[in-house]
Amino acid sequence: MASFSTNEIKSGLKLLLDNDPCVVLENEYVKPGKGQAFNRIKTRNLRTGRVVERTYKSGDSLEGADVVDVELQYSYNDGDHWYFMDQETFEQYPADREAVADAVKWIKPEDVCVVTLFNGAPLTVAAPNQVVLRVTETDPGLRGDTSSGGSKPATLETGTVVRVPLFVSIDDLIRVDTRTGDYVSRAKE
Amino acid sequence: MTSWRPTASREALARRAGLLAAVRQFFQTRGVLEVETPLLSSAAVTDIHLESFLAHPPGGTPYYLQTSPEFPMKRLLAAGSGAIYQICKVFRGGESGTRHNPEFTLLEWYRPGFDHYQLMDEVDELLNQLLGCLPAQRLSYREAFQQQAAIDPLLATGAELRHRALTLGIGEVSLADSDRDGWLDLLLTHQVAPALGSNGHPCFLYDYPASQAALAKIRPGDPPVAERFEVFIGGLELGNGYHELTNAEEQRQRFLADLAQRRRRGLPEPPMDETLLAALTEGLPDCAGIAIGLDRLLMIALGERDIGAVLAFPFRP
Repeated sequence: MASFSTNEIKSGLKLLLDNDPCVVLENEYVKPGKGQAFNRIKTRNLRTGRVVERTYKSGDSLEGADVVDVELQYSYNDGDHWYFMDQETFEQYPADREAVADAVKWIKPEDVCVVTLFNGAPLTVAAPNQVVLRVTETDPGLRGDTSSGGSKPATLETGTVVRVPLFVSIDDLIRVDTRTGDYVSRAKE
Repeated sequence: MTSWRPTASREALARRAGLLAAVRQFFQTRGVLEVETPLLSSAAVTDIHLESFLAHPPGGTPYYLQTSPEFPMKRLLAAGSGAIYQICKVFRGGESGTRHNPEFTLLEWYRPGFDHYQLMDEVDELLNQLLGCLPAQRLSYREAFQQQAAIDPLLATGAELRHRALTLGIGEVSLADSDRDGWLDLLLTHQVAPALGSNGHPCFLYDYPASQAALAKIRPGDPPVAERFEVFIGGLELGNGYHELTNAEEQRQRFLADLAQRRRRGLPEPPMDETLLAALTEGLPDCAGIAIGLDRLLMIALGERDIGAVLAFPFRP
């Protein structure tokens, strides 16, 4: 992979720091009136999400990381791995539990997800911002009540439990925001 | 569509014009002569941390664009100009960021008969007139490091400075232990300078380590110090001044030491300015001089944090 001099490093660039892929958030040039120049580079570790800032001597070179975001279709999971498929090449990418993380709460086969590949292997999986899922279990609702503010738990086909309005019943399709876990609306088939 | 619009507001442009007029007024009432010297030179600064741009005329030998007007202004002083000032563009390769633009505007002036303490007084008056600043604080380089970093910058070894940077949370940086000045610069930029010049009082940091004398006189002592100062407001360095070195032979030795250091580091080795050395040999009057970044002064006047907000068209690669 290419390496980059501190003066070529811009926000968005992916770097390999301590063997982990990181995205550059900020690169600040710091120099006394006369004297050694430095670059303070703030990065987010793409594996852990941790943000760190480190100082480099200007002109130091840093190794780039082979990181790309691709849209892949979720196929199935075998207990250990979740398999994602490139819809053009049909290549399969196995993602481990660490990579799929919270996305497993929301995705079902055939959903298309943005998968971040590091050296060709899934590093993180982002569920679509909103998903439509079937309710498999919930207490019977109050008939006809479509407006009151009350809510109740409902189990979705992925096993995830969300709060839904009282009028939602088993087998309904609902739209959920995966970033907050909030019910958005009922959905059509 | 190609981005063509200025990054400075109309107000910032007007403040710049007002600032230039106020600076000229300040020096006119004090009888300091405005001068112009060439931007292009066949010699260049040797400082290992300043990179000159090269300008190539068609079919001719290249010239260096000045990083400051210091050398030709000292030739004017040696020729008997008396007190002089200049407002000009200077060019420094590789300096780009929220506080740096590779091409920027300097205000540089020289006062025959002044030492660096007297020049600090005059800078204080200028900042008061231009920005309405309160009287400046003065802190020696040694006091500032003792207060802000709990270390003696004149006596600590490179390894001790490195250790201090680590314990202060600045982290590991690829500087050799032998690069004492590099570690001092790291502590200055990351720990000491951010605290200088708060609450409306500018801060003068003076009497630098002798190893960072640049073009300043070194005052003998134990340890010796360079009669050099910098001025800060809100942690932002605005200018760098010297009680000027007038000894031609010592100046030549410093140029040669810079060039030897450049060779070791694989940096370009530009020709040193023999016309300056000839002028010093003839006799530079005892004087103090300072260069102030006008773009940064404008940043402070307008409360801007990005130099792009005070430049019509900043350099953006």
